Amino acid sequence: MMSTAKPISIVENFEIYAPKLVDKEEFFCSGHRACQGCGEALAIRLMCKALGKDTVIANATGCMEVIATPYPATAWTLPWIHVAFPCAAAVGAGVEAGLKVLRRKGVNPDRYIKTVTIGGDGGTVDIGLQALSGAMERGHDMLYVCFDNEAYMNTGIQRSSATPFGASTTTAPAGKASIGNKTWKKNVPEIMVAHNIPYVATASPSYPIDFMNKVKKARAIQGPAYIHCLSVCPTGWRAKSEECIKLGRLAVETGVFPLYEVENGVYRLTVETPDPLRPVTDYIKAQGRFRHLTPDEIRTIQRRVNLEYRKLMNKVEHSLSWTE
Amino acid sequence: MSKRIGMEIALATAEAVALCRPDVIAAYPITPNTHIPEHLSDIVAEGRLDAEFICVESEHSAMSACAGASGTGARAFTATSSQGLLYMYEVLGIVSSMRLPVVMAIGNRAISGPINIWNDHSDIMTMRDLGWLSLFAANGQEAVDMIIQAFKIAEDPAVQLPINVNLDGFQLTHMVEALFLPDEKEVDRFLPRRKPYAALHPDHPVTMGALGMPDIFTEATKARDQALVDSKKVILKVWKEWEKQFGRRYEPIEAYKTKGADVVMMTMGSMGETAEIAVDELRREGVPVGLLKLKLWRPFPFEEMKKAVRGVKTLIVTDRCCSLGGPGGPLAAEVRSALYAEAERPAIENVLIGLGGRDVTVNDFKQMFRQAGKSRGIYEFYGVRG
Repeated sequence: MMSTAKPISIVENFEIYAPKLVDKEEFFCSGHRACQGCGEALAIRLMCKALGKDTVIANATGCMEVIATPYPATAWTLPWIHVAFPCAAAVGAGVEAGLKVLRRKGVNPDRYIKTVTIGGDGGTVDIGLQALSGAMERGHDMLYVCFDNEAYMNTGIQRSSATPFGASTTTAPAGKASIGNKTWKKNVPEIMVAHNIPYVATASPSYPIDFMNKVKKARAIQGPAYIHCLSVCPTGWRAKSEECIKLGRLAVETGVFPLYEVENGVYRLTVETPDPLRPVTDYIKAQGRFRHLTPDEIRTIQRRVNLEYRKLMNKVEHSLSWTE
Repeated sequence: MSKRIGMEIALATAEAVALCRPDVIAAYPITPNTHIPEHLSDIVAEGRLDAEFICVESEHSAMSACAGASGTGARAFTATSSQGLLYMYEVLGIVSSMRLPVVMAIGNRAISGPINIWNDHSDIMTMRDLGWLSLFAANGQEAVDMIIQAFKIAEDPAVQLPINVNLDGFQLTHMVEALFLPDEKEVDRFLPRRKPYAALHPDHPVTMGALGMPDIFTEATKARDQALVDSKKVILKVWKEWEKQFGRRYEPIEAYKTKGADVVMMTMGSMGETAEIAVDELRREGVPVGLLKLKLWRPFPFEEMKKAVRGVKTLIVTDRCCSLGGPGGPLAAEVRSALYAEAERPAIENVLIGLGGRDVTVNDFKQMFRQAGKSRGIYEFYGVRG
């Protein structure tokens, strides 16, 4: 007799299935000094699980370096190197070259080790952009992951070129004569696409399986890959720490930060967005950094989000693979 | 067997680097060191050297890539000059703090401004306090020898520090000189494969470049200073070994005809060769003068310095650099502090000369010797045009 019960959906029963999909081994261990509700620390933990043991991490100066490695303690069980703020991609390039040549010469075991470079938005989209561009253009076999919390949080919430329009930061404060940050977020994933690298994606720890799948895909690519991960910072965003995951989801559902990947030039949304998108107010209202915005100003942001989303959907609907 | 060849010194330096079998070379073009990485890229392209050559987009990335490569246990090399050295400045102290034995050739050149691409020592002097070992070559042969020695010194288990080999821009880098290029097998015998104390690999994971808070920073700094002080023993040992194997002698301060000399000149780099001629000529005229050539700048050879000036009445220290608004030249300041506590010490005169590529001739040295004892104040600029 045929069962009439509906098949169990993985999405609806996520809690049952998720633990089976995630590796139990920890490479970024507890005991580090990240703030409560840090989206970035969570994202790094997930990233490491997706990468696995045969990985070397190069880390730019920033929150993650400070909270994870106060000598003599370290949260890392993966081999890890930190040199300075602007040069993580160059350090990663050196690591990649070193591992390649030492394997070739028989000094290291004949086994593939992935080089992964990580940095915050400041270390990636501002001071580290040159080193990143150089490393991607040269085609190093390296995954670069930007953990974007939309300001210099480590030094105290100063604006970066990844800070969204209208956010109040300590160097772009809202005031009688200021809306806060006056510029629109720099689109670095698009700059990476322009480097003609085989894989670019956006991600969020609020969608852990999507993020980890992207990391696995990027890891498997022999060549440069880039993932831009929106990492909610409750401290800097003036939000409740328990709302970290919810804010990440709202960023996606409002179209502020859609999750997509670009594989050999083909754009694809990896997480469905509601149609129509949720209003940006839902995202903005939960964050103290936008508290001062007037309805008119929020409408300006809504128009920009709509425009950017349309631009992206044009590419999703019309892009063709450059490898075919 | 070594072979004697006539070759531009920058190219010979690159050949010396290749003999050391570096694993990773990361470099960015800047005059006047450029011929070194250019020639190395030729050597790699010809298949004579198995190395990863990374054409980085800046010197900051050059040193950073060397740091990453050296972190994996690879032998890493770069070369630069002047503004390029300043551009990688941030990373220099980190590399020494992480005890990564990167080797760097510096084709010494003035620092802007005004912009000037020619030789003096103002570039290297900016990094004297960053924990790098520092050697100065007086000619092409020394540049070749010191490059090979540098890898051995830097990678010694008791040292594990980065090192730079200084060769005067143009005056040395672009000069064709007859020199001995050591035999590959001989270099292999002298310089075994690097054995890092830790390397980035998942089989033995390490955290490199951790945060040093106030509770350990003083201790970390003391340990770094001690590592540099202690490195002198290894440098002297490696130089002895070199002399035994290759027959050429190296010492921290090389004395030339200082016996019985009342007035002694001190130089670093290529000026030493010209100064020797001036000493010869004055000696022939019966003037008792001598010369000290400093080859080891960091760690500074305090004991050798004290010995070298015993019985000398006047010491003229030449500096191809001015510590603007400070005590004159950085070398003289160092020499003064080395000799300050000595009961008997020479009068020290400091001449700033050869700045931004201004030629220093035999006559200039003779003129400086003749003016010894006539008060120059703390320091003076030589040959300033009216």
